[in-house]
Amino acid sequence: MRSIEAHDLTKRYRIGDHWRPTLREGLSLAAFRGRPRESVYEFWALRGVSFTADEGESLGIIGRNGAGKTTLLKIIARITEPTAGFARMRGKVGALLEVGTGFHPELSGRDNIYLNGGILGMKRSEIRKRFDQIVEFAGVEKFIDTPVKRFSSGMSLRLAFAVAAHVEPDIVVVDEVLAVGDADFQRRCLGKMSDFAKDGRTVLFVSHDLGAISQMCKRAIWLENGKIQCDDSPTRSIEMYLAARARQVPQVQFPLDESKEVQLLSVGLTDEAGEPVDAPTRDKAFAVRVQFLARDRVGTLDVGVYLVTARGIRVLNEKWSDQGKDVASPQGAGIWDISVLVPPVLAAADYTVGISISSPYQTFVDEEILSFRVWPRADDRRELIERNRVVQPTVEWRLESRSPVDGASA
Amino acid sequence: MIRSTQSLDPSVPPVADVPPPTSESRVPSRAEAAWTENAPSRSWFPRIDLPELWASRELVVILALRNVKVRYKQTLLGVAWSVLQPLAGVAIFTVVLGRLAKVPSEGIPYPVFVFAGLALWMYFSNAANAGAESLVQYRDLVTKVYFPRLLAPLAAILPGLIDLGISLLAVGVFMVVFGVAPSIAIVFLPLWILLTVLVTFGVALWLSALNARYRDVRNALAFLLQIWLFATPVVFPSTLVHGGWRFLLALNPVAGLVEVFRWSLIGTPAPGAWVLVSFTIGFFVLLSGLVYFARVQRRFADFI
Repeated sequence: MRSIEAHDLTKRYRIGDHWRPTLREGLSLAAFRGRPRESVYEFWALRGVSFTADEGESLGIIGRNGAGKTTLLKIIARITEPTAGFARMRGKVGALLEVGTGFHPELSGRDNIYLNGGILGMKRSEIRKRFDQIVEFAGVEKFIDTPVKRFSSGMSLRLAFAVAAHVEPDIVVVDEVLAVGDADFQRRCLGKMSDFAKDGRTVLFVSHDLGAISQMCKRAIWLENGKIQCDDSPTRSIEMYLAARARQVPQVQFPLDESKEVQLLSVGLTDEAGEPVDAPTRDKAFAVRVQFLARDRVGTLDVGVYLVTARGIRVLNEKWSDQGKDVASPQGAGIWDISVLVPPVLAAADYTVGISISSPYQTFVDEEILSFRVWPRADDRRELIERNRVVQPTVEWRLESRSPVDGASA
Repeated sequence: MIRSTQSLDPSVPPVADVPPPTSESRVPSRAEAAWTENAPSRSWFPRIDLPELWASRELVVILALRNVKVRYKQTLLGVAWSVLQPLAGVAIFTVVLGRLAKVPSEGIPYPVFVFAGLALWMYFSNAANAGAESLVQYRDLVTKVYFPRLLAPLAAILPGLIDLGISLLAVGVFMVVFGVAPSIAIVFLPLWILLTVLVTFGVALWLSALNARYRDVRNALAFLLQIWLFATPVVFPSTLVHGGWRFLLALNPVAGLVEVFRWSLIGTPAPGAWVLVSFTIGFFVLLSGLVYFARVQRRFADFI
């Protein structure tokens, strides 16, 4: 049965909405209402977005930052109203736009469960009924009467998701909640969301983790500049998104941006000797080379390089810090030039390189930058190239033994 | 979709062409699940969703309790603060106005007179402050979760009633000590308190919605409330005000409330007809507050 209908959704923000006018400006604006104000900068977060979703459907939404994903979710969750168009939702909508909103640090875990549950639309009796389940899912039994400010960040995150996961809405709207928390917890969250869909709820799921999208959703919408570019299977949408996202060039350079504390200068591929290559073959190692600029006051940085297949699977996800404590991390201002050597294990296919640069407190860069193709070896047969696989290292086959058939039955 | 619930309800024979419910616990909500719509609000006089407000009455209690609980966390004196604050005011005004300036007090000992007025005034002024901050305080919630926005100012003005109750007990002690008897009109006291809550709600609606957009409100309010206190017959009797000034007094929605409150509680002379004007103004504050709030509430998340 139909569960969400979005018709021609359009959302305009005025730049004034962001920086908030003072009362005086507000009064003078009100006085001149009706006249066109040229100085007001407008930003269209959504332009005529229409789609429908059925019960039991998991719908992924992908797109770069600022493409309108969160605005779309906010309209579905009724947090804000559209400028034009309308959305109709059947049943209770539960939004998980940010885990733990409404937690009060001074209150105990118990009080916060009631507070948060109430805010998310649960009745006290419902919360009481599911209280033990929530506490168990979060794994905070021992600390339930401790103020939340004494919780570790992992604990409060688990508690917050546990509450949100037990609200039982008909439509679940999830925005990037999985970007935080450890791997085990992320797995449990994904599991919980799959359960939602199996129960016949509608799940709307925004994530940068394209692998999770293709794993969880039967359908994905790619948003770009506030418009739907593709509404199809996750495979197709992710493919189109990545293709548009990353330019098919061996090297990408970025203009200087004074406002950024840390910024990428260039990302490219080289061979083992450090010479630029644009298309490595599958039996040759190649390196991803990252140049970035760090300005003052940034502390220890960690650099991550990941490779994503066209289906959104991260085949590699490596970080500088993986080398262990003995290797010093980049620290302080300077132009850093770092490369990571990828051994010849990738199957011949298209990949996208993603780069992340973060300090313990902040993520400065996390985006897919460029696409490239790993070519097959010249003597690879066609069937071998097209076989379904993710990695293609040189494997060794051995014949361990061969015994006669009648010897085995004796 | 995998459906395995056909056997769960023996009274319903499995029928092939009727889709069985998805899971047992969710059947009722599914059947009743209604469409909600999110479209731009166009009408000048927006509708307030009363059924929704009624459905979220528990949330008001939860939010109000949260405000109460948070307030006395990590304080040494705890609830004693709700007596100490008005008592300090009573002491100051008694010394400065009662003793030194010899302000008349309708024949009632000045401390009792001023305490009765201050009790109600402090409820109003604290609740107006809390109301003004209510949306800004829930900024994270407003931008991340849907809930009926009206609940924020509503939950903010309720905890003050506890303080008002405690203050009333203290006023009672003062009345015994100073030998002041209440009039028969004390039966109306709950009604006056209810009216005060409604007027305060109206003020809180205006202030919270304006504060979400213009943080000037925060700065202006402290100053405004100070002037407002002296524009209200709290530390002086309304009979001290004559002529055109009396007219200005009537335009103050809190003035009438303080007047009738004191009449009921400590038996000051019955209020004049001007309090009706004051009540009417209070009613318009509430009504206009509701309209303004409802008009802007759906865009709070965009600019708060």
